[in-house]
Amino acid sequence: MPFSSILQFIVSGVTVGATYGLTALGFTMIYNTTGIINFAQGEFVMLGGMLAVFSMKWGGLPLPVAVPLSVLLVTAVGVGVDRLTIRPMRGRPTVSLVIVTIGVAILLRGGAMLLFGKDTHSLPPFSEGPAIPIGGAALLPQSIWVLGITLAVLVAMKLFFDRTITGKAMLACACDRKAASLMGINVDVMVTVSFAFSALVGALGGVILAPITLTAYDVGILLGLKGFAACILGGLGNPFGAVAGGLIIGVLESLGAGFLSSGYKDAIAFVILLALLFLRPSGLFGKASADRV
Amino acid sequence: MLRVKNLQVHYGMIHALRSVSVHVKEKEIVALIGGNGAGKTSLLTAVSGLIRTTSGEVALDGSDVTKEKADRIVRKGIAHVPEGRHVFKPLSVEDNLLLGAYHRFTWRTASVIRGEIERVYALFPVLGERRKQPAGTLSGGEQQMLVIGRALLSHPKVLLLDEPSMGLAPKVIREIFEHVARLRAERGMTILLVEQNARAALSIADRGYVLETGRVVLQGSSEELLANRDVQRAYLGRDAER
Ligand SMILES: Nc1ncnc2c1ncn2[C@@H]1O[C@H](COP(=O)(O)OP(=O)(O)OP(=O)(O)O)[C@@H](O)[C@H]1O
Ligand SMILES: [Mg+2]
Repeated sequence: MPFSSILQFIVSGVTVGATYGLTALGFTMIYNTTGIINFAQGEFVMLGGMLAVFSMKWGGLPLPVAVPLSVLLVTAVGVGVDRLTIRPMRGRPTVSLVIVTIGVAILLRGGAMLLFGKDTHSLPPFSEGPAIPIGGAALLPQSIWVLGITLAVLVAMKLFFDRTITGKAMLACACDRKAASLMGINVDVMVTVSFAFSALVGALGGVILAPITLTAYDVGILLGLKGFAACILGGLGNPFGAVAGGLIIGVLESLGAGFLSSGYKDAIAFVILLALLFLRPSGLFGKASADRV
Repeated sequence: MLRVKNLQVHYGMIHALRSVSVHVKEKEIVALIGGNGAGKTSLLTAVSGLIRTTSGEVALDGSDVTKEKADRIVRKGIAHVPEGRHVFKPLSVEDNLLLGAYHRFTWRTASVIRGEIERVYALFPVLGERRKQPAGTLSGGEQQMLVIGRALLSHPKVLLLDEPSMGLAPKVIREIFEHVARLRAERGMTILLVEQNARAALSIADRGYVLETGRVVLQGSSEELLANRDVQRAYLGRDAER
């Protein structure tokens, strides 16, 4: 296989991987505040793409309006999910809450199917222009959007958790809710904010990916699972790890599809996920936890 | 300063506090002693708003805080150092202290709060040495110092301490109690101290209450309680034999 094709696989893999990374950042946000793995994260991504498509189709809105509108709507959905399903379950074991998020995912997917139908849709790219050649491979302008936005969200999130007291307060909520409330932290509000942020990040991933890979009511399942695999790969709770994990999975997937068969593409993420869960559950970049009993 | 009147607490069918009244005056150290399951922790968690009360009243400086939630109560000036310490394990020592000042943190107060954190390091030098370390890696005694420091950063009017000596070596316990006594002596802190270690608690307290199965069965000055036959038999027994 010529080098330029390998490079091309890597370039497309990085692009798709970045959106897995964004999805993984969404997981990270909620995990860091609540300790919950939100299995509806993939549906936030799906809704981001679908709401943008249909606000153009039905609302006749131009792309620059449809995209932020969709992101805002999904953010509101994230707040709704917390208020209606997570907050009433406050104090229950984490496992129960995780199962609730699986239910929410099914509900959101079903709702999207009823509302939007089962067709596949696409968004126009954010900016016109020819593909940029790099060493024989072609980089779509949309890929630059994807990489830029992923990088921006990553940096913002890293700064948020490391440098701001609100970020630290969110981490405190996940460690110990009671102690957090004794610090004057309103835990309920923090959890809502984390759902809002992660829905926002998920929706961003959805709208920037839709011009590249098409979208439909059911894309959330695979995106969610791959984002989850990316989190585990990078070490849960660590924003850099989440994005790195996403990129690794995206590239391996793309190379696998190229070298083996595109039929194996989706299996690759799960092989990685299973292997990791057996071999290194704290992830490639995860620290062994610093607990001392 | 802190007045608890006829407080009742239930956990389902369990009647954990049966009309308990306790008060702490300004700059006083008051010890609350009693055996396992007497209701000491229930009293503190009810005061700090972590659990709901069935009836009764908690007032701070005369204003009623009974129905407030925990995150509001700390803003009013009650800092609760919970049983079992509850440090934020993965966060650094410094971040734990910083979060103590969460409710007063703004751009403007940031530098003042930094200065106060340095004062906590001066008080507990070992915390300063480990400021970047995850709090979960500290020893039990160091974690106890951390949570006391963290509570101080909220600028409390009243400090509630729940069994600071739990699980610590005698030498470390002595050190912690010395610190508690100094908080009052040097900073004029008002303290409600819950302890099973009755002798140590009464030795630094002005007054004390004895709690048994959800009731105050005895109260008085520390000297009176230390001299009381029932207290000696029930709570100072093992020490007295030595
Ligand atoms: N969350 C809870 N649910 C049900 N019962 C509880 C709960 N917390 C405490 N209790 C019960 O309430 C009673 C008082 O408990 P509490 O923890 O206040 O005692 P304590 O004096 O602090 O004991 P210890 O010295 O062992 O800490 C006990 O009978 C206990 O079993
Ligand atoms: Mg107790």
